[in-house]
Amino acid sequence: MDTTKIGGCAPEAAICARGISRDFEAGQTTIRVLHDINTDIRPGEMTYVVGESGSGKTTLISIMCGILWPTEGEVKVFGTDIYKLSDTELVKFRLNNIGFIFQQYNLIPSIDVASNAAVPLIAQGMPREEARERAKVLLDKLNIGNQADKLPRQLSGGQQQRVAIARALVHEPRLVVCDEPTAALDASSGRRVMDLLREVAVAPDRACIIVTHDNRIFDLADRIIVLEDGRITHDGKEMPDDH
Amino acid sequence: MLTGDAQKFYGLLFGIGFSTLLITQQMTIFVNLVERGASGVYNAPEAEVWVMDPVSRTTDVSYAMPGTALDRVRSVEGVEWAVPHLRAVANVRTADGDLEGVAVIGVDDSTLIGLPERMAKGDKSVMFAPDSVVIDDTGTTRFFPPEQDPIGERLELNDQRAVIRGIADSIPSFTSTVVLYTRYSNALKFVPGTRNRLSFVLVGVSEGQTPQEVAARIEAETGLKAQTRDEFSQAGVNFIIENTGIPTNFGITVFLGFVVGVAIVGLTFSLFLRDNIKQFGALKAIGVTNSKIVQMVAAQAGMVGIIGYALGVVGTVAFIKGFSANPFFKGFYIPWQIPLISLAAVVVILAITGLIAIRSVLNTEPASVFR
Repeated sequence: MDTTKIGGCAPEAAICARGISRDFEAGQTTIRVLHDINTDIRPGEMTYVVGESGSGKTTLISIMCGILWPTEGEVKVFGTDIYKLSDTELVKFRLNNIGFIFQQYNLIPSIDVASNAAVPLIAQGMPREEARERAKVLLDKLNIGNQADKLPRQLSGGQQQRVAIARALVHEPRLVVCDEPTAALDASSGRRVMDLLREVAVAPDRACIIVTHDNRIFDLADRIIVLEDGRITHDGKEMPDDH
Repeated sequence: MLTGDAQKFYGLLFGIGFSTLLITQQMTIFVNLVERGASGVYNAPEAEVWVMDPVSRTTDVSYAMPGTALDRVRSVEGVEWAVPHLRAVANVRTADGDLEGVAVIGVDDSTLIGLPERMAKGDKSVMFAPDSVVIDDTGTTRFFPPEQDPIGERLELNDQRAVIRGIADSIPSFTSTVVLYTRYSNALKFVPGTRNRLSFVLVGVSEGQTPQEVAARIEAETGLKAQTRDEFSQAGVNFIIENTGIPTNFGITVFLGFVVGVAIVGLTFSLFLRDNIKQFGALKAIGVTNSKIVQMVAAQAGMVGIIGYALGVVGTVAFIKGFSANPFFKGFYIPWQIPLISLAAVVVILAITGLIAIRSVLNTEPASVFR
């Protein structure tokens, strides 16, 4: 049953967004970049959010993962209404439940790869060495275990993105959010990263949502949501023909 | 993060190190320089009480007393011994014909009290030879080339013959004037006569008496001014502070050191945080709290501060050591309070600049990392 039409949230939904709107102030003008978005993100799927620049996809993903307050609407992540949490609770919720992969990786340049990958565990309070060991196991799985003691700048772009993937998954979050994960990579590296992401980030109890406009990887999606001018214009397994 | 950006890391180290060096070095020179105002007291370590005319202020600003003052002081209870001490200025014609002003210090004829404790060359007994003077090491460099041994050299001192027979290991005066030590009776001969010639009476106190008690008793019974060694040395220091522009000049330099530190460190810190704003945004998005980020920045600032501060202090020590052979810097030391003051300045610099710079990080929305 399509629960988005009747306002309720499916119990199995990883993300349940209802009536999401977001305004931005530009001088004296208020611009609405999202209009009444209703959608569910399901676990076990790799969901793409695609659209032209300015279509609102980054705003939507920011709201869905609890780093940008919506002007209207509510977002439940694994049943928790995240915008009813206090600031401290929301920060803790993100730390324990969400993994992030950024377009520019945003690794800390002065610490080695293992420590970068271990950041969420260290932030959770795990002793540094134990966290590094846990991270190294994941780095091994991502085939960059032999780079664990290097600094990020000593790695290629594809390798840095793998470190970012390790950082996003090391604390075993239930939701993985990726922002243009292949934008800074060439076609083959991007493809390899996406294959890897599908292998490690998609699980029956984990949702993976990816913002992208890289049409080279559209065929790897389980579901594609298309945004245009802040509205969902398509939601299906494949891209619509007119895109 | 900071160590990963070599330019900014070294920029911050330079800022902190330079500030520390400037503050520590200038304060060290200032303290040592004003302490030269008390060098006359330090160079006569046996004297526990200095007795002088009531208008006298320092060893160099004194008004002579009649010779009878010595006997009046000796008659005061608690005075173990009292000896005459003469301080006057004179002129020396140097070997190459130049005129040089010198200070002549007449020490007690028999005990030689008033002579510096140590001799750099020669023995104190040389003072008993005819026309004997002992020169301080400032004078040896001022009057003679390095290859020339001053011992045995004759000087034309106020048109009279004086022979250098020893070199005193003394603390230079504030003005670095050449000092010639001679016996009191010789000094009376070298220095043009006035009715009163006795500059000071140096006093040792009897066992069981304190210098303060004896000084008070001398003042009460003789009408002269009597100060303990500590009081009189402090008076010399105070005179320099009150009557010269030195505190203002050094104060301005120290302040500029602080301002330069704030400017360099503040600018570099802000640039560093701005350049890494995406990384901080990413950390905030991941779930790292603001307080943890503040701790991270504080730890990095602390590390840079400690290294920069250590470099600045080591630089000051190297400076003082490097110039220790120069008579102007003779005896210079770094009082323990000065590195602590510099440390406080570094902490304030880092706190001010850190607080200003980190506001941008704390105000960064995590969502900015996606833009």
